[in-house]
Amino acid sequence: MGRLLLIWRLAARDLRCRPAQAALLLVVIAAAMTSLTLGLVLHGVTAKPYAQTQAQTAGPDVAASSVGYGGDSETFAALAHAPGVTAHSGPYPVAWPVLRAHGVSADVMAEGRDQAPAVVDQPKVLQGSWVRPGGVVVERAFADALGIHVGDTVTLDGKPFPVVGIAVTAAVPVYSQVCFYGGCSGPAGRPKQFDTGLIWLTQPTVRGLAGSANPLTYYLNLRLSDPAAAPAFVSQHQPPPTNGPAALTSWQSLSAAAGTLVSQEQNVLSPASWLLSLLALATVAVVAGGRMAEQERRVGLLKAAGATPSLAAIVLLAEHLIIAICAAGVGLAAGWLVAPLLTSPGASLVGAASAPTLTLATVLLVVVVALIVATASTLVPAVRAARISTVRLLTGSVRSPRRQAWLIKLSSRLPVPLLLGLRLVARRPRRTLLSGASFTVTAATIVAVLIYHATVHHDALRTGPYSGAADPGQARVDQVLLVVTVIMVVLAAANALFTTWATVLDARRFSAIARSLGTTPRQTASSLSVTQLLPALTGALLGIPAGTALYGAVQDSGSQAGLPLLWLVFLVLGMLAAVVALTAAPASISTRQPIAQILQSEAA
Amino acid sequence: MNQSDEPVVRARNLRKDYGSEEGLVRAVDGIDLDVIRGETVAVMGPSGCGKSTLLHLLGGLDRPTAGEVWLAGQRIDEMSERALAHLRRSAIGFVFQAFQLMDELTVLENVELPALLAGRSPRAACRRATELLEQVGLTQRMTHLPTALSGGQRQRVAIARALANEPVIVFADEPTGNLDSVATTELLGLFDALHTSGLTLVIVTHDERVAATADRLISMRDGAFVGDTRLTGGSTGNLARLAGLDG
Repeated sequence: MGRLLLIWRLAARDLRCRPAQAALLLVVIAAAMTSLTLGLVLHGVTAKPYAQTQAQTAGPDVAASSVGYGGDSETFAALAHAPGVTAHSGPYPVAWPVLRAHGVSADVMAEGRDQAPAVVDQPKVLQGSWVRPGGVVVERAFADALGIHVGDTVTLDGKPFPVVGIAVTAAVPVYSQVCFYGGCSGPAGRPKQFDTGLIWLTQPTVRGLAGSANPLTYYLNLRLSDPAAAPAFVSQHQPPPTNGPAALTSWQSLSAAAGTLVSQEQNVLSPASWLLSLLALATVAVVAGGRMAEQERRVGLLKAAGATPSLAAIVLLAEHLIIAICAAGVGLAAGWLVAPLLTSPGASLVGAASAPTLTLATVLLVVVVALIVATASTLVPAVRAARISTVRLLTGSVRSPRRQAWLIKLSSRLPVPLLLGLRLVARRPRRTLLSGASFTVTAATIVAVLIYHATVHHDALRTGPYSGAADPGQARVDQVLLVVTVIMVVLAAANALFTTWATVLDARRFSAIARSLGTTPRQTASSLSVTQLLPALTGALLGIPAGTALYGAVQDSGSQAGLPLLWLVFLVLGMLAAVVALTAAPASISTRQPIAQILQSEAA
Repeated sequence: MNQSDEPVVRARNLRKDYGSEEGLVRAVDGIDLDVIRGETVAVMGPSGCGKSTLLHLLGGLDRPTAGEVWLAGQRIDEMSERALAHLRRSAIGFVFQAFQLMDELTVLENVELPALLAGRSPRAACRRATELLEQVGLTQRMTHLPTALSGGQRQRVAIARALANEPVIVFADEPTGNLDSVATTELLGLFDALHTSGLTLVIVTHDERVAATADRLISMRDGAFVGDTRLTGGSTGNLARLAGLDG
């Protein structure tokens, strides 16, 4: 107990002496842990809103579309009387016109309904009223995407209709997943649009929208005696597969589709959190490495006072472990608080998602990852410092600069800033590698995000002039990507700044000697910037193929647009410009102190 | 003795303060000094008397609080850092007590560095460095790192480095402070050779043997000069006797 108390006191005392550094490490690790927590808690949070919507709309256990039955209308209609079916509504006629509102066009599934309530699937009207002759009711998420309100006028294949109501249903997949399930139709030869919306009109109106080139299909809603057996019912009665989606969809599949918005966010957050953890690891290693130079003397004092090497190493590690545990706590709390912003089920469903649950597994995983990040960057220096002789630790002769003969020879042919910059890089290769890794991760993330946007834009162009409505799933993914990218860039910028400061401190004597030999302040400051420009350039170039591979790994399948060369050039130049801007201040500050004072203080 | 009447270094009412108010320390207090071309000047005094500070001010490594410093005909106390850097590159050589070599560079790389910084080609810089190392007797050690050298050898490397760009003046701050007597003796011979070649030297030292090699001995106490003695004949022809080497 006495030893533990001693370790705690020593570690806490050092943290109190350097609060800025400790806070910095905590923020860096906490940012990564917040992202990790979000990625872990988003799973399965939308089941409740779908259940509420199903309850309030008398949602079906199985939804059937005639698209998958070809022309076999008898078999389709017979589903309503299949064993296990206790109630049904429909078959309802469905037309596939093009809706236009506020200058935006979109394909729609127009379902013809009775004015009287149905036993199975009666959409819940949230604004206005239910269908009436000549009027159209719009599904809420689709209405939000197009900015449609009750009282607006929309056109269907050029014919105007007033909007009389806004409603939600559990019988059709949430917008914009309509065409992933249940089967979409439309004019022959037109590809199915991902942003197909759902509207309701009276049955005669819907029949009037169909034509020989765009025939009606039918939709049937079934209630089963055993709702849990819906997947089995679907398997039993599913017609032979065609080139389109399945004809029968269970409520379990519809519920899963309802989670698409959140699962799309999770698909972004999960890899992003690991990337952020990698970046945090690199940043912590740089900051911890910079602290090690001061810590080594402290270890020497501890050993001179009688501490064993293991105790000295443990004290060093303990500080970082304390920070890591605190950061894990901050990350868990922040992730739990932010999660509701991302778990909104969207406008297609009623009710709110359940509060995200922090399971023991989630807490343990986040804590373990935080400890790994802190330990991986400090374990080796701590153990090394503990093994080195006390005298060397006290005299500060531990961290001698490395020699890279080929770099020194190469640099002699270069202008002065590059000559000195390369030699500074050669002195601390590990720091340069960490810095390069940090820039590579950042560049890869930005490239992956750019590819995502390019692919979305390319797909939108390819699908023709009808697309125009906002995709809520894409909008939320865009937001999450933006936040992740901003955090990534901030961390990378912090990394560049810390690395430059560490280099400035480490190279004080080197720079002072160079200045005494005739290097101007601008040349000295430029050489310090070069130590970051080289890993930034390498990282930016490596980040291009890495980001392409990252996007491919996350997307798993699907199209991937190529990036215009100009974008890549701007990316590389932008990163270099950012590094120059970030390193200018610490680099120039380092040249203001008189040479004699630096040399005397370094010799002391 | 090879001298001209043109002062290479001139200081007027030079002052350097550290701290403020009750904590004010006046390290250099109203110094006037002229050093003419080809002269070797030794500055002696007890520890803390300000002699190193004086050297740093004369060599442009620090800024005076008041007064003027002229070097090679240019006033340097108000000069920009950029202009000072150019002057250090072309006109000044500095030898430090702690050698201040770059540990990760070989002897040859350390000596050729000033020439590279001055814009010379790598070949020319290497050639010049090789000549200088030959002069200081370290040809056999060209590819060694400083950590593999003795103190005396490191200081000889530092002197060679200081001469890389053929400076007008060399400032040496306690060049034998970290050396044993044998190394000191070797260094005395080197300084004598430099003096004979007409180089202007200002040496801060507390070693009387070093001071005895000079043309002029300035005594310093509490930041001010307390004595300025011209040594008759300087060290030419007397080095061996002064260093106790003539058996």
